[in-house]
Amino acid sequence: MINFFKKKNKNKTDKDKLKTDAVTEQVTSDADADAAASKPASQPAHDAGVMNQEIPIDAVDPKQTTPAAEPAEVEIVVPPELLAQGVEPHQYQLSQQLSKTNDNFGKKMKQMLSLKKQIDEDLFEELETTLLMADVGATATMEVIEKVRKSLKRRNLSDSDAVFDALKAQLTELAQVVEQPLIIDESKQPFVILVVGVNGVGKTTTIAKLARKYKSMGKKVMLAAGDTFRAAAVEQLKTWGEREDIPVMAQKTGADSASVIFDAMTSAKAHNMDVLIADTAGRLHTQANLMQELEKISRVIQKNDDTAPHETLIVIDGGTGQNAISQVREFNKANALSGVVITKLDGTPKGGVLFNLAAEFGIPVRFIGVGEKSTDLKSYKAAEFVDAIID
Amino acid sequence: MFDNLTDRLSKSIQKIRGQANLSEDNIKEALREVRVALLEADVALPVVKSFIEDVRERALGTEVLTSLKPAQVLVKVVQEELVKVLGEETSGINFNAQPPVVILMAGLQGAGKTTTTGKLAKFLKERENKKVMVVSADVYRPAAIEQLQTVAEQVGVEWFPSSVIDDPVTIGMTALQAAKKGYFDVLIVDTAGRLAVDEAMMKEIKSLQNSINPTETLFVVDAMTGQDAANTAKAFSDALDLTGVVLTKVDGDARGGAALSVKNITGKPIKFQGVGEKMEALEPFHPDRIASSILGMGDVLSLVEEVERKVDKKEAEKLAKKVATGNKFTLEDFQSQLLQMQNMGGMSSMLDKLPGMSNLPDMVKDQVNDKSTGRMLAVISSMTLKEKRYPQLIKGSRKRRIANGSGTTIQDVSKLLKQYNQMQKMMRKFKGKGMMKMMQKLGGKLPGGMPF
Ligand SMILES: Nc1nc2c(ncn2[C@@H]2O[C@H](COP(=O)(O)OP(=O)(O)OP(=O)(O)O)[C@@H](O)[C@H]2O)c(=O)[nH]1
Ligand SMILES: Nc1nc2c(ncn2[C@@H]2O[C@H](COP(=O)(O)OP(=O)(O)OP(=O)(O)O)[C@@H](O)[C@H]2O)c(=O)[nH]1
Ligand SMILES: [Mg+2]
Ligand SMILES: [Mg+2]
Repeated sequence: MINFFKKKNKNKTDKDKLKTDAVTEQVTSDADADAAASKPASQPAHDAGVMNQEIPIDAVDPKQTTPAAEPAEVEIVVPPELLAQGVEPHQYQLSQQLSKTNDNFGKKMKQMLSLKKQIDEDLFEELETTLLMADVGATATMEVIEKVRKSLKRRNLSDSDAVFDALKAQLTELAQVVEQPLIIDESKQPFVILVVGVNGVGKTTTIAKLARKYKSMGKKVMLAAGDTFRAAAVEQLKTWGEREDIPVMAQKTGADSASVIFDAMTSAKAHNMDVLIADTAGRLHTQANLMQELEKISRVIQKNDDTAPHETLIVIDGGTGQNAISQVREFNKANALSGVVITKLDGTPKGGVLFNLAAEFGIPVRFIGVGEKSTDLKSYKAAEFVDAIID
Repeated sequence: MFDNLTDRLSKSIQKIRGQANLSEDNIKEALREVRVALLEADVALPVVKSFIEDVRERALGTEVLTSLKPAQVLVKVVQEELVKVLGEETSGINFNAQPPVVILMAGLQGAGKTTTTGKLAKFLKERENKKVMVVSADVYRPAAIEQLQTVAEQVGVEWFPSSVIDDPVTIGMTALQAAKKGYFDVLIVDTAGRLAVDEAMMKEIKSLQNSINPTETLFVVDAMTGQDAANTAKAFSDALDLTGVVLTKVDGDARGGAALSVKNITGKPIKFQGVGEKMEALEPFHPDRIASSILGMGDVLSLVEEVERKVDKKEAEKLAKKVATGNKFTLEDFQSQLLQMQNMGGMSSMLDKLPGMSNLPDMVKDQVNDKSTGRMLAVISSMTLKEKRYPQLIKGSRKRRIANGSGTTIQDVSKLLKQYNQMQKMMRKFKGKGMMKMMQKLGGKLPGGMPF
């Protein structure tokens, strides 16, 4: 089941597999909700292995068993019950990808809400747990809960459905502020996207995904191998270039990153490229010299085109905790950031630190990464994101 | 990296400083602060909950019977619990196996496995004098094999070639054969990053583990990880027999919550920490040091107050008088001193409160740990009164008898006598200054072999 989300096994076509699995779709039952809710918080709720064992069909939640579809490649199959509730295929798909495993908290909450019609402190504590476990952070969580309480009081509401709605409204409000898609300004030739972030978050992979996306939209795309530091970083980007059939401008490891990108811009202009995406070495935001190097990259880029970079994307690992806040703060100081990409949301983390980022910086969240393949990129949608956390 | 947690904790502890007693009420508020501090440091919620519960129980239970101030009790309890969670000893790579000792690296995508493979190879080659081979079983990530080849060249260890068309188990087995043939001491096997929920990929690493039977399976985890650290650690430790953890990217400003979560969930020691991208940026992990640094620089004042309260006044006076008048300091005196120390919550908890103590070499610290205090007491209590008063009598056969009687070794007995002798010298030095002053002095430096 799980290999729908991450398809490392190159020999199998996921499409075929999805079709067979989709047939085994299951219906929901309260029995399962009980089972899931009683699992300890620290356990990954969804043991993928479970599906291969004999489990009575009616004891399995569709959420856990229906494979998430791969973007753009396969038809998304929404369980009939959910369809009846007005769930759109794309919504369903995302909440699948975001929550496929550890959604016991969401489930717990739903179950709890259906049991309790009266609001009490336990209920708020459960809400708090959901948010904390999603990396919303203690301070932000308490703020959100406080707002929920106030809004309920103001409207004199006291049943649990109202709590759920109020919470959803609070979170959506925050998440929506940063829902602004990246629009490629066609007057820029090339439109330069600079990709930055701490080590290992998925910058290079995200670049491959973006390149594929823009190429498929008919744009001429070029990549610049600006990570001249890490072992085999250049080879990694080149491999992606070969796979996606996209030109990569590169020099040797150890070359000056700023000049690699500068030269790539010149080449991109000469070849009438629409989009140039520049990779940079991962760097911890605490390393002053490395942050200065990033400032230098921007300055050098501007010598080639004083309006560039047209987009500076920071890539954040979806599994990051509260540290993401200081990452964004420091990178933003070095290079004004214009967009955020949150990766690895195909795993168990929920990426709840996004709410803190939205509240503190308001930098648009452009995309989310949901796998290791070049097709595993999605536009950020606030409603889906919130649903994946609390549904 | 633990700075922020330190600040938070001390702030929360300030709040109850002025109060007279630890009660359900005032402790509740302080613990709420501790809870927020831990959560903001990204300690996983289930871990925070159990931690707070342990601290509460201990703080309200036995500790409240002592006459210490509430703040002191809480500091002490929080710190001791932190040490408990993080583990007390530093542990390295286990070489108790037929060479080559196989080390398997596992973890999420981008955690730092390949980099750590290079660093560890360098560490073992240079510090442990081992002949090291590395191999990449990552047939998925673009240029992963080249990446390992490059770092292997950088650190000058053998890189065993592998290819993306092979499967990881075959790669592991072939490399193991080659390592045996080439009389390598260590074989480190790098693997692809994988999600704990990726069934196929977890199966793959399980069969790799089964086929190469590693002595060490290290879980590599990014120090910046949030709540998910607990989920992932649980899943990896359920699927694989982990033997230890490597915490990476500690050079950032992450508050280190992941360290607590992962240690707590897996129960496996954090063996190394990565502190930079360069190949030399790997260090053995010292849990005791980190735990005490979580609470900040030692709170000397509270230590002194604690000593004043706890030390039996009469005993202390008797001792001070003895020292002052130059009376002989016997093993009996030494014994009563050790007992008082034990009363104060043990040596290490006192030591950790003193500034600078966390930087002491391990060798010195080892002499001071609570286990050795217990052992020393055992040795003394197996002596006759005469032996206690005239320690010079204790030679060969007496030593053996004492060792047998106390369940220790002859070396332990000799060590105790040596320490007693040093203590005696020191008592002369500090003559007249009394115990309090001596304790304070000791904050700065620790004479070799002294139980202070
Ligand atoms: N599951 C999953 N893995 C991802 C995602 N994005 C990237 N990865 C994986 O994360 C690892 C690191 O990705 P890279 O793209 O090399 O990260 P980077 O930020 O360029 O790393 P450095 O250049 O070393 O700082 C690789 O194993 C990727 O396959 C994602 O959305 N989901
Ligand atoms: N600052 C810092 N960077 C580190 C540390 N350890 C690893 N890195 C960096 O983190 C990034 C990812 O490291 P890798 O070794 O490629 O991670 P990996 O776990 O092998 O990644 P995958 O194979 O894609 O799963 C690289 O940019 C490394 O240089 C560390 O302790 N400190
Ligand atoms: Mg990269
Ligand atoms: Mg790797």
